[in-house]
Amino acid sequence: MGVNTNPVLGGDGFITTKLSSFANWARKNSLWPMPFGTACCAIEMMGVFASRFDLSRFGAEVVRFSPRQADLMIVSGTITYKMASVCRKIYDQMPEPKWVIAMGSCTCGGGPFDSYAVVQGIDEFLPVDVYVGGCPPRPEALIDAVMKIQKKIEREGAPIV
Amino acid sequence: MSFDLQAVIDSLKSNSPDTILDIKAFRNETTLLIKKEKIQEFCQYLKNNFDFKFIVDITAVDYLERKTPRYEVVYYLHRFGPEYSENVRIRLKVEVPEEDTRVLSVTPVWSGANWLEREVYDLFGIEFVGHPDLRRILMPEEYDAHPLRKDFDVRNREPSKRCFEKDLKEGESGTS
Repeated sequence: MGVNTNPVLGGDGFITTKLSSFANWARKNSLWPMPFGTACCAIEMMGVFASRFDLSRFGAEVVRFSPRQADLMIVSGTITYKMASVCRKIYDQMPEPKWVIAMGSCTCGGGPFDSYAVVQGIDEFLPVDVYVGGCPPRPEALIDAVMKIQKKIEREGAPIV
Repeated sequence: MSFDLQAVIDSLKSNSPDTILDIKAFRNETTLLIKKEKIQEFCQYLKNNFDFKFIVDITAVDYLERKTPRYEVVYYLHRFGPEYSENVRIRLKVEVPEEDTRVLSVTPVWSGANWLEREVYDLFGIEFVGHPDLRRILMPEEYDAHPLRKDFDVRNREPSKRCFEKDLKEGESGTS
């Protein structure tokens, strides 16, 4: 008796998995990003969300402007110390589990702004999962970052080999 | 009839010789060096009599170890037409010594000067006497330096960090 003919499941077959793997699978394919755009990278990020590059192909099209409903923070743009506390507060408002992408040279390490007002990398105050270099990065680079996050989510809770 | 800036300057010079300390003309740009105590009065006079109704910008220069007095506050004034040739720009400068960084505010003359003077106060620490609301405009409120001064290291992030850490602490105790 083949899998696809199981009468209990209406002939649709079944899948066996662990609950944690199932949760990871659901999470990675329904990322809800919170865009924290402060500069030109935000324009590129909008390009990624829009139809040409279309991040919804990766399940991440529901952009939430409320941190309460988001689980992926994309920090795109120069973060000054004055903005840093705001950024941190928004991150703190996001429910667990949550991930952070640092998009662009400025968020990764201050970029060209080696000055008194600019944070030299947002990892000074945020746990960053994926760094995307570039000024600004190509949309493909951000898509790659989202895919890396997906891979990371997939492995969450898995035994370390 | 077009607006004759040269005639205006000549009459200003003869009417108030102790107000205008120096006149420079370079590539059709006119710069007047004004006595510090007279700047507000002089701006009011220019606005009332010669229609300089628009304050374009206020900024400052720090001539540390190059010149005394150390600071210069610079005002860009604009006069609108009606004819194209009657659009005139003029630059006023005021010298400010290190020991006394107070200048009379021109916000009573042009309310548009309000934020411009706050910016100069924030970044250069020049105090505008008579300003209605002289607070920092760009840097955090508790910031304790004036970053565009030449004796401030442009890479010195310590004052910013202190403000940031204070903000974080307040965020933890408050509703987040």
